[in-house]
Amino acid sequence: MPLADPYLLPMAALLTAIGLTEIYRLGPSSALRQGIWVVIGVAVFAGTLLYLRKDYRVLERYKYVFGVTAILLLFLPLAPGIGETINGARLWVHFGGLQFQPGELGKIALIVFLAAYLREKREVLAQGRLKDWGPLVVIWGGAMLVLFATDDLGSALLYYGIFLALLYVATARLAFVAAALGLFLIGSIGIAQATPHVQERITDWLTPWSSKPVPCFFTGKLALRQECASYQLVQSLYGIAHGGFGGTGLARGIFTTATGQQIVPEQNSDFIYSAVAQELGLIGAGALLLLYMAFVLRGFRIALAASDGFSKLLAAGLSFGFAFQTFVIVGGILRVIPLTGITLPFVSYGGSSIVSNFFLVAGLMLISNRANRAGSAVGEAAGARPGPESRPRYHGAS
Amino acid sequence: MNKQLLHVAVVAMVLLAILIGATTYWQSWAGAGLSNRKDNSIELVAQLQVDRGKILASNGLPLAWSTPHKKKGLTIYSRKYPTTGLFSDIVGYSTSGDNQVGLEQSLNDYLTGANTNLSNTFSQELDRLGGQTVHGDNVYLTVKPAAQALAEQQLAGRCGAVVALNPKTGAIYAMASSPTYNENLISQPGGYAKIGKIKGTCGDASPLYNNATQGLYPPGSTFKLVTASAALDTGKFTPNSQFYDPGYCTEYGTKIYNSASPDSPSAHETFGNTTLSAGLEHSINSVFCHVGIAIGAKSILDYAKRYGFYSLPPLDLPPNTINPSGLYNNGKLYFPKNPDNGSVDPGRLAFGQERMLVTPLQMALVAATIADGGTEPRPYLVQKVVAPDGSTVATTAPHVLGRVIKSTTAAELNQMMQLVVQGGTGTTAQIPGVEVAGKTGTAELGPAYPNIYDAWFVCFAPANNPQVAVAVVVEKQLNGFGGSISAPIAKAILENLLHK
Repeated sequence: MPLADPYLLPMAALLTAIGLTEIYRLGPSSALRQGIWVVIGVAVFAGTLLYLRKDYRVLERYKYVFGVTAILLLFLPLAPGIGETINGARLWVHFGGLQFQPGELGKIALIVFLAAYLREKREVLAQGRLKDWGPLVVIWGGAMLVLFATDDLGSALLYYGIFLALLYVATARLAFVAAALGLFLIGSIGIAQATPHVQERITDWLTPWSSKPVPCFFTGKLALRQECASYQLVQSLYGIAHGGFGGTGLARGIFTTATGQQIVPEQNSDFIYSAVAQELGLIGAGALLLLYMAFVLRGFRIALAASDGFSKLLAAGLSFGFAFQTFVIVGGILRVIPLTGITLPFVSYGGSSIVSNFFLVAGLMLISNRANRAGSAVGEAAGARPGPESRPRYHGAS
Repeated sequence: MNKQLLHVAVVAMVLLAILIGATTYWQSWAGAGLSNRKDNSIELVAQLQVDRGKILASNGLPLAWSTPHKKKGLTIYSRKYPTTGLFSDIVGYSTSGDNQVGLEQSLNDYLTGANTNLSNTFSQELDRLGGQTVHGDNVYLTVKPAAQALAEQQLAGRCGAVVALNPKTGAIYAMASSPTYNENLISQPGGYAKIGKIKGTCGDASPLYNNATQGLYPPGSTFKLVTASAALDTGKFTPNSQFYDPGYCTEYGTKIYNSASPDSPSAHETFGNTTLSAGLEHSINSVFCHVGIAIGAKSILDYAKRYGFYSLPPLDLPPNTINPSGLYNNGKLYFPKNPDNGSVDPGRLAFGQERMLVTPLQMALVAATIADGGTEPRPYLVQKVVAPDGSTVATTAPHVLGRVIKSTTAAELNQMMQLVVQGGTGTTAQIPGVEVAGKTGTAELGPAYPNIYDAWFVCFAPANNPQVAVAVVVEKQLNGFGGSISAPIAKAILENLLHK
């Protein structure tokens, strides 16, 4: 990959290092397991590059395979015997001692499917022909259904965001985005009415502190909301506030009570951002977010430089998915949006998250390598860099 | 497609920028509000890791300090009170549950090093980054342990309070509330229940209650100082104004008798032809009853207000441990719009009965104001705050709350109060070689407590150059008079503080 973007991998490595450091500080045994997952992730990354080094666009040919795979991966936690419910959401599977969150890989598969399908059908979709919407609605509707069946709100929000962004890029029709957004609002209001789990999340978001005891969502007993349903959110915010401007310094943060009990459960996965913000302060947390911004900007730059529709859509989907996932979890922790359980890319503890994000980097690097090669090849021949539309189009898949 | 790509990229950047904004919000603006919340488990642990500053008496005697001990690799500090109960009602306590009372509560920011100037904040932030323990500031109080100990010893488990202060500066030398409690018990299992079982000589002893600032007592005849202030300051009476005392005063058609004589409790005292000055000297109720009717309840209450009644005295203690003095109706502070339309009985108010309730601190301030020539000093307990490196963070400068009465009125009252001690109801407060000015009070507690009184004495000395003002109250004394019970206590405190 001589012409791949030179910044992506170092940035991913830096994020991984920050995550590993914080995970080690919170619990050395988890850090060892995370380290093994990073090794696996790097192997997956190398394998992907090697396997797709000639032309990754063969993936476009298997778009329906990816679509179905995405749905199957999402269905997996619902399968009896291997599915597991953690924190009220059924999004884990386990094989022997190994736990896995298939939704993370499903995200990549869904992005590949959407990019391929939208590339092919973007013109007809823009005309609004109902027939062409069929597969899109089926795949996407299936994904939504499964997500709500597993109560995995974070992933549902993430998938919907990616879908909207790619639909807009492909069709250039804001009306579609507006209509889809409207459908989402109506749908989510309906779901909030129907499922107490969703309702509670929204209540916790709007009023995490109650002055009088209210029935606790988990136990049904009367308790202050900050001591029950919104306990995690509120204590995580206390931790962030305790960090202040400069932070407590690494290993000086407070994550356990005086008797040694962990204050915030899931501190090293969903709530890793609050741990980083407490120990590194506003300076450190701000720098971390700027790093995410830089990564996302490089991603979009690759999408802009790419010469064909599939590459553009794929790069945009991967980049926006990366940014939006960060927003959904960190925004949830910071009470910008309702809190949903989802990992912070590269930093959170979790094997599936690490592996899928290394897939993501591999994808972006493959696209950038090809875009730069095409750019330099054409540039050498014509002595000037032509616009994207004048480049030869690729038709291998049709 | 590139145009749309740019749009989506901008959306992604805006979303991430919102996160930076939100993080800034929680780590700066919202931080203070969150750290004060009771359910904040993180601050709870953080407080334990702070080496809370010492609280020391004016002579440097430590009243509260922190001792470190290791726990699971963390250094955790716990609070000790070496003077065991002597200053519990002022100093209060700070528990491992981050629960504070008294000065431990109101001075929390200094003691935890949270409230310091910019350069200190900067060096503290560096300390924090370097992983060093945060050391709080040390606080020096104005209190004198010997006087405080004497006051507690004199009260001897009886319910009551003693307040002694410098009438010129307002510095409080002693503030004793009895019964007291061992503040070290609070952090021990079952300690709180033990404190609840402490009994005094009164029914409900409530050791956690600071009688000096929270206790509301009928002032009895000590309130005559306020009535006399109004009578003299408005120019309606002079110390030599003539009165005739038949032993009672007629109000609303019924006779209100003078108090029973200390010598023969069944008889009411009768003085015949007398003056306002003698009325104060011998504490003649009928004289003040007439004064009250003549000047009206509003005038008396207005002067009470000028002395600071109806508002919280500004003190370093948490406001929820201070009560305002004044008329109370059904447990609430009561100041009628038109007190002279019969809603307040001026005759009984004039000698401190009616529904008037006062704190010992307020009565000490009345004495201090007269001693200070009519200007009221702002009372204070904190002398200075010293940073761990020895530099002074804050010093309390004496401050005058305002002029309450003319200096001539103060001088007249000073003379009249000297007569009380020389030959009136307060002779038991005499100190050889020192002119003491004082006023007794023997407050009736209503039909439920026959011959049981709250015994008062307020005073200052030396009369010509006042150095110390004292208020003493002892609750529910059977046939106990201000002159017999409280004046000797005040005398002992004066002697101690004047080194006599």
